[in-house]
Amino acid sequence: MGIDRRSFLKIVGLSALGVSSGAWEVLQPGEVDAAHGHAAAEHVEKAATRWAMVVDMRRCKDEKGCTKCIDACRLVHNIPVIDNPKREVKWIWKEEYEHAFPDSHNEYMPDELKETPFILMCNHCDHPPCVRVCPTKATFKRPDGIVAMDYHRCIGCRFCMAACPYGSRNLNWINPRPYIKEINNEFPTRMKGVVEKCNFCVERLAKGLQPACVEACHCGALLFGNLHDPESNVRRVLRSNVSIRRKPELGTHPCVFYLV
Amino acid sequence: MIEKALKGGPRYWAWISFLLLVILIGFISYLRQLSVGLGITGMSRDISWGVYIAQFTYLVGVAAGAVMLVMPKYLHGYKRYGDIIIFGEFLAIAAVTMCLLFIIADLGQPMRLMNVLLHPTPNSILFWDMIVLNGYLFINLIVGYNTLLAMRKNVPPPGWIKPFIYVSIPWAFSIHTVTAFLYCGLPGRHAWLTAIMAPRFLASAFASGPAFLLIMLMIIKRVTRWSPDPEAIQNVARTICYAMIANLFFLGLEFFTSFYSNIPGHMNPLKYLFWGLWGHNALVPWMRTSVIVGLIGVFIMLVPQLRRKEGFLILGCAAIVLGTWIDKGVGLVIGGFIPNPFEKITEYQPTLPEISITLGIWATGFLILTVLYKMVIYLKERDLAAE
Repeated sequence: MGIDRRSFLKIVGLSALGVSSGAWEVLQPGEVDAAHGHAAAEHVEKAATRWAMVVDMRRCKDEKGCTKCIDACRLVHNIPVIDNPKREVKWIWKEEYEHAFPDSHNEYMPDELKETPFILMCNHCDHPPCVRVCPTKATFKRPDGIVAMDYHRCIGCRFCMAACPYGSRNLNWINPRPYIKEINNEFPTRMKGVVEKCNFCVERLAKGLQPACVEACHCGALLFGNLHDPESNVRRVLRSNVSIRRKPELGTHPCVFYLV
Repeated sequence: MIEKALKGGPRYWAWISFLLLVILIGFISYLRQLSVGLGITGMSRDISWGVYIAQFTYLVGVAAGAVMLVMPKYLHGYKRYGDIIIFGEFLAIAAVTMCLLFIIADLGQPMRLMNVLLHPTPNSILFWDMIVLNGYLFINLIVGYNTLLAMRKNVPPPGWIKPFIYVSIPWAFSIHTVTAFLYCGLPGRHAWLTAIMAPRFLASAFASGPAFLLIMLMIIKRVTRWSPDPEAIQNVARTICYAMIANLFFLGLEFFTSFYSNIPGHMNPLKYLFWGLWGHNALVPWMRTSVIVGLIGVFIMLVPQLRRKEGFLILGCAAIVLGTWIDKGVGLVIGGFIPNPFEKITEYQPTLPEISITLGIWATGFLILTVLYKMVIYLKERDLAAE
C-alpha cells in the first residue's frame, strides 16, 4: 500500500485536530484546579467555606526571636530538623520583607519593616500552579480551598517545586525520620523522596480546632477563618485594614494575607 | 539480527567492556541513591532539578533531530538520505531511552512511577511528555526494526510502515515542544517564561541531533569498510548550520527582550549565567564557552572550504554538540532556578554519585546505539562484499 502527499496531509490534519482537542482539555478549568475565568465566580461562590490566613505583622514584629508558631507546627506535623539549608524541610518559616516580597520593596521604607522577619507558609492559592503541574494528582485542591497532598501517591518528580513561585514546597532529600525530635503519633511521618508543605492543619480543622500555629501564637498575629463568610474574623480584619499578598501579579490568588 | 552485534574485533569488545564498566559504576551509584535518597545529589530545596533533568532535556533534542533526515527523504523525496536515515532513527531510539532513564533516575520514589498511568492527569504537561516520548520511541522502534529487516533481505521497507514514518515527522516536533512546555508555563520562573522556549528547543535540537549523527557517521567511516555518501553528509551539515544560526539568533532575542525591557526578573538569570550575579558566577565560564564554540561551529559549517574538509567538519559538529549541550544540559535548567523565589542564590554542583549515574545512563545509550549500528554496519559491509 502506498501513501501520497495528499493523504499524508489528511492524516496530519486529523491528528492535529486530535492534539488540539487534548490541548483544549489542558486549558479547560479542571476539577483539580479551581475554575478559571467566568466559571470562577460561580464555582467559588458555591463553596460555603474558603479557608484563609491573615498574618498581622504589626503584632508579630514586637515579638523578636519568637518561634512559637514554627515550633508548634514542627511538633504537630513531625517536621524534621535538618541543619543543612539545602536539605531542610519547612512548612512555616521567617523571611525578611525584601525576600518575602521581592517585587515590592524599596530602600526608603521604614527600617522596622525592612528588618522584620515575615511569617511565610504555603499560600493555598485559588489557582495553584503546583496542582496544575502534578502528574499524579498527589497535590490537589479541596473544595474548602486547602491545597493538600497525598504523600503516598507522590512520585517525587518535583515539578511542583519548580512551579511554586513562593518556594513553599520541600522534598525529603533524605529519610526525615531520624531528624524528628519528638514523634507525634497523631500525624504521619513522611519517607524520603516525597514532597510536603503546609496543609493549613486540615487534620485539626476536621476536629474543629484552629491550626497549630494560630493556637500557639500568643500575640494574636495569626488569624484563621472563612473567606466566604462576610462576617468571619478574617473578612472583618481585611475589611478594615489594608492587606498585601505575595506576588499577586502571577494570578495565583494567594489566600495568606499580610497586614503591615 | 541481534547476534551480529556479538561478533567483533578486539577494539569492538574493548569499547563494549568500557561501556559495561561505566554502566556498572553508574548502577552501583544508583543503588546507593535508592537507599539514601536524592540527598546524595547536589540538588537542593532551591535547585530542585539538576543534571538528570538537564540531560533529559538535551537528549529529547538529539532524538527529535533525526527528523531533519526523515523530512527531506519522505516529504521531498531527497534520495541521498536513504542510506543514512536508519542511523538517525536508531539514534532517536538510543536518545529517547536515555531520556526515560534520566526521568526515572530523577524520581524521588521511582517505584511509584506507574502512578502517572494509574492516575492520568491531562492538566500536567509531564503526562503529555510521557505520551509523546513513549510514542516516539515506539514509532522509531517499528520503523527502524522493519527497515533493518528489509535491508537484510535486500528489499524495500514494507509499505505499511509509511504512515508511521509520516507521523514521526510532526511527532518529532511534538516531543520537543511538549518538553519546552514543561518549563515555559510556570509562573515566577522568569528565565523559562518565554514564548520562544519551544522554537529555541527545536532550533537547538535540529542542530545538535544531526551534528551528533554526523560525528557517529564519521567514526563509522573510520572504523568500518562502509562510508556514507559525502554529498549527503554535506547536506546534513548545511541543515546543522541553519539550525545553529537560528538557535543563536533566538538566544539573542532573549537578551534583547530582557535587557531592553530592563525588568530585573528577566535580566537576573541571564546576568547570573553570563556575567555572574550578586557574587555568584559558577556557570559563567560554561555559558561563555557555549556561545564561543557555537559561533566557531557555525563558522566552520558556513564556509564550504572548511566544511568539506573532514577534520574541520568533525570539529564543527563537536563544537555545536558541546555548545548546545552546555546551553541546554547545564545553563537552561539551573538558570531557571537562579535567583530563587526569594531573590536569593543557591548554587548547584553535581556530586560524584550523581555524575556517575549520569555517565552510566549515557553509557547505556551508547551501548544501545553501538548494538543497533553494529547490525546496520554488518548489512552494509555484506552488501559491499557482494558487489
